[in-house]
Amino acid sequence: MNFDFSDEAKELGEQARRLLAEKAGTGPARKAMDAGAPAMDAALWKEIGELGWTAARVPEEYGGLGLSVEEVAQLADAAGGTLAHIPLVSTLLATEALVLAGTAEQKAKWLPGIASGETIACVAWNEPGAVNPATVKTVAKGGALTGVKQPVADLTQAHVAIVAAAGGDGPQLYIVDLKDAETAAVETLDLVRRHGKMVLNNTPAEALGGPGDYQDWLDRAAVILAYEAIGTAAAAMAMTVDYAKTRAAFGQKIGRYQGVKHKCADMYIKLELARAHALHGLAMIGMNGPELRQAAAAARVASLDALAYCAEENVQLHGGIGFTWESDCQFYYRRNRTLVAALGPRGWWADRLVRALELRNRAAA
Amino acid sequence: MDFNDTPQEAEYRAKVRAWLEENAAEYRQPAAESWKLPEFIARSKAWQAKKHAAGYTGITWPRQFGGQGLSPMHSIIYGQEESRFHVPQGLYSIGLGMCIPTVFTHGQPEVIQRYVPKALLGEEVWCQLFSEPAAGSDLAGIRTKAVKDGDEWVIDGQKVWTSFAHASDYGIVVTRTDPSKPKHKGLTMFIVNMKAPGVTVKGIKQMSGGSDFNEVFFDGVRVHDSHRLGEVGDGWKVALTTLMHERLAVGGKPRYAPGYETLMKLAKGVEAPDGTPAIGASDVRQKIAQTYINDQGIKLTQMRALSALSKGQVPGPEQSISKVVVAKTMQDLASFALDLSGGDGFVAGADADPELAKLQGSYIGAAGLRIAGGTDEILRNIIAERVLGLPGDMRPDKDTPFNQSVPA
Repeated sequence: MNFDFSDEAKELGEQARRLLAEKAGTGPARKAMDAGAPAMDAALWKEIGELGWTAARVPEEYGGLGLSVEEVAQLADAAGGTLAHIPLVSTLLATEALVLAGTAEQKAKWLPGIASGETIACVAWNEPGAVNPATVKTVAKGGALTGVKQPVADLTQAHVAIVAAAGGDGPQLYIVDLKDAETAAVETLDLVRRHGKMVLNNTPAEALGGPGDYQDWLDRAAVILAYEAIGTAAAAMAMTVDYAKTRAAFGQKIGRYQGVKHKCADMYIKLELARAHALHGLAMIGMNGPELRQAAAAARVASLDALAYCAEENVQLHGGIGFTWESDCQFYYRRNRTLVAALGPRGWWADRLVRALELRNRAAA
Repeated sequence: MDFNDTPQEAEYRAKVRAWLEENAAEYRQPAAESWKLPEFIARSKAWQAKKHAAGYTGITWPRQFGGQGLSPMHSIIYGQEESRFHVPQGLYSIGLGMCIPTVFTHGQPEVIQRYVPKALLGEEVWCQLFSEPAAGSDLAGIRTKAVKDGDEWVIDGQKVWTSFAHASDYGIVVTRTDPSKPKHKGLTMFIVNMKAPGVTVKGIKQMSGGSDFNEVFFDGVRVHDSHRLGEVGDGWKVALTTLMHERLAVGGKPRYAPGYETLMKLAKGVEAPDGTPAIGASDVRQKIAQTYINDQGIKLTQMRALSALSKGQVPGPEQSISKVVVAKTMQDLASFALDLSGGDGFVAGADADPELAKLQGSYIGAAGLRIAGGTDEILRNIIAERVLGLPGDMRPDKDTPFNQSVPA
């Protein structure tokens, strides 16, 4: 049995965490916030492009490294843990869609630029009134899309968007060259990662696979985003634990009180459950396994639970100082909302998990 | 990633499977009625002897103590294969899982020679005598005393929650030998003969109605000094060896406990408040998802540990979340499912639906499981202190001589 990351993926993860610990983190996040969420840290983006992070998942024939989704997960975890102000996870999610469902022409058009870091990509399912990825109303007709997409992470600096819209057979993905679309910044609860709005008015778009590919992509996206959430949750937990070891009240370190330490233990419990399901999701992607849908949904739900708990209790256990503008607690607290919005709420994914279990039971019967 | 055995593991599994097919045939189906104690003991002894002859006992123990000297993976593979049969289980889990490893780690050579082979063969049954009425989570607060008298020690006091004491031949008992020392320092561990004069075993009736545990009273029980485990005053250290094994043993969801599949089945047959099947109700689906995430999450966490063991690595600390998640999830699931069933979930005994009766058993049993082998609270302390490195709880009596500490 081999139920763990490969040594190569772990090594890339270590490299990413080392670099981002130095170049990203709450300090640069605060600078970005104070500057009104500029597009991104362009120098850092250039550096990680040269290191081949955006090339990781791109097949070699399109200028990439042809690595597995395990490497992608490690990068998402590292970016999540350091709040890295670069459109890395957005680009990785879009890459996954292109690799999964793109035609040879589509791959040849977009993947080499993504691999080199010159092309920034994003994914757009959110729209006003859409409460989950199944309820998109943007309409596809005659090779063009009409509708409004918002909030879309990293949209304003992206060159290409992978857009979910209602096709003839249900929701599916489309590729929109952002040269053809009108975009603007949109304010969100996240004061670091910039989000945008895209108005599509009979805007040219190419179908990227079909409705089935959209569902398969949602599974893969859920697993990748689970790793970003796990990275962010783990950072929030580390911040809480550090504080509990140093802050004193009533004559002793607050980490001695069970009211505090048991919450820290619960953070750890939720994180490890999320890690177990996310790893299951990765294994299923790698093995093309039949349990991917349930594993991905479980990874999504468990990682959102872990992030919400760690981010919220991090503020709580810091007490008053945690509620100040100067405290770094707010980055994790706000990022929790970002990652829920990134792929739809817990409730929808929990329901998707149960639907997957029902399907499996019917198939077995 | 893959979930396959290595070639060596596959070979061992095939060997085990073939042996079980041939030797455990009578246990292919669950017993029609649960065995009474004498039959359970007789069957357990016969099965253990059979396993022993075939080399499937003490799989990970060193060869010098009669073990097979194999890896934890071998032991796990044997366990997985054996669990497909309904062989008698439990009589030896404490003795061979916890007591005997303590004996061969801390006992004197002639004592090891005398006791270990018979325990492994299953001839003699062992129990663990740690908890006391005033020392549960705070185990180092025990009061049972042992006083030196020539070459012997005289033990007086009371133990509680002792599984299988009524079926045991021997036990390991932790005692206070020096009350003038701080609580962790004045303890000493002994092997005690459960049939010796002065030992009285009394069953405890649990709130479930069952009697899995006992009280054990010691009244002037004499133990030879050769039966001491470890040095005088080192009993706490020795007990930690035993407990390390216990925390590994009390793990995943008990086999009998209903899981998310039970709730899925049940929810198809009962109505939600709006008259539609409950399986369509959002709160029911959320509960199914949460139960899956917890129970399956623990299974997957255990697989992470197995994967490490299979590669010859030491598993990470994530295993420590297992029991605290499993016990509470079991309680929540049972409670939710019984709620859903209304009055039917409340009717018990001969009039109860068999599936609901299982949920009732699970609901009652979970209350015990949340306490046994480390309470939810103690396990959270352990995660916070040993895994996350938070400072220990305030323990005002820690450095005070035991006989001077004032109960709050």
